[in-house]
Amino acid sequence: MSTIRVDNGGSASMFASLLVDDAEAQRRLHARLVASATAEGILDVAYHAIDTPIGSLLLAATDQGLVRVAFGSEDRESVLSMLAERISPRVLNAPGRLDAAAREIDEYFEGRRNSFDVPLDFRLAQGFRRAVLTHLLEIPYGDTASYASVAARSGKPKAARAVGSACATNPIPVVVPCHRVVRSDGTLGGYGGGPQVKEILLDLEAHHD
Amino acid sequence: MRPFEQVVVDHGPVVLRVCRAVIGPNEAEDVWSETFLSALGAYPDLRPGTNIEAWLVTIAKRKAIDRHRARARGPVPVENLPDMPAPVQDKPGSRENELWQALRELPSKQREAVAYHYIAGMPYAQVAEILGNSEAAARRAAADGIKRFRATYKGELS
Repeated sequence: MSTIRVDNGGSASMFASLLVDDAEAQRRLHARLVASATAEGILDVAYHAIDTPIGSLLLAATDQGLVRVAFGSEDRESVLSMLAERISPRVLNAPGRLDAAAREIDEYFEGRRNSFDVPLDFRLAQGFRRAVLTHLLEIPYGDTASYASVAARSGKPKAARAVGSACATNPIPVVVPCHRVVRSDGTLGGYGGGPQVKEILLDLEAHHD
Repeated sequence: MRPFEQVVVDHGPVVLRVCRAVIGPNEAEDVWSETFLSALGAYPDLRPGTNIEAWLVTIAKRKAIDRHRARARGPVPVENLPDMPAPVQDKPGSRENELWQALRELPSKQREAVAYHYIAGMPYAQVAEILGNSEAAARRAAADGIKRFRATYKGELS
């Protein structure tokens, strides 16, 4: 376990046996804290990381729904800090609230699910970007749409570029399928998780359509 | 403001050690749980720059007093931790138990001073703030506590 931080002439070490089972105790106490915070309604943001074929995904949910999916390539600490700043600092690693989302994402990667049923919380996107995200949900599994056509669908036909930035800043990728938006010339275009990840997702959907 | 998860990871172990030393291993986990639940609730309103560990230890002390008060019969106000906490600890003969038996024989001020300074690693100025006395008094309480502890505790010091 961690060391005592002050040098106090060896007196600290005599309390070493008060530290027994600390890791196990911390796990037990953490689970208890999550349970009582949930019961009291003061767990504002729950998060949990899952393993997927495209690497680790960090999932975060409010009581409204899934609010953030972060790729393994994103710095976890800054993602959690952003959630603390923008939503609430009452953030805990609490897998329970993410159970349904984790299961649906697993099924998606196994090719057994082509749309998500978990509630979504769009509070991290505003204005036009938020409107774009809701339209992305209308692009069917296995299909793609161009940036221009999503712009048209979102009521601003000339805003293909803004659609690009809405996709790039999509707080809930994979579940909100910004990977289905490609360039008009047929090339894939950019992706928050990297171009290979976009290709993997589109391949997966093409093979299970 | 940092995510509360980070507060639990950074300070949870130290606060648990302090709870074990101040109120004993049996009730330590209950007090820890009440402390962190209460801290989570108040966390968004915490003033920037607050010393988080001292804040948590102060909440833990209040929770321990609350439990003691709830146990005490009648409306007698209890403002301090008991000098001789009554519950007999389980796991007789265990090392942790022997240590706790030695710690519980200290007067509460001394036991707290020892826990806050030697176990949580707090400077005496901070210990004094939690104890509500002067830095010199906190230093003296810790020194007296350690001296008395060494005289009582027969086990080996690792």
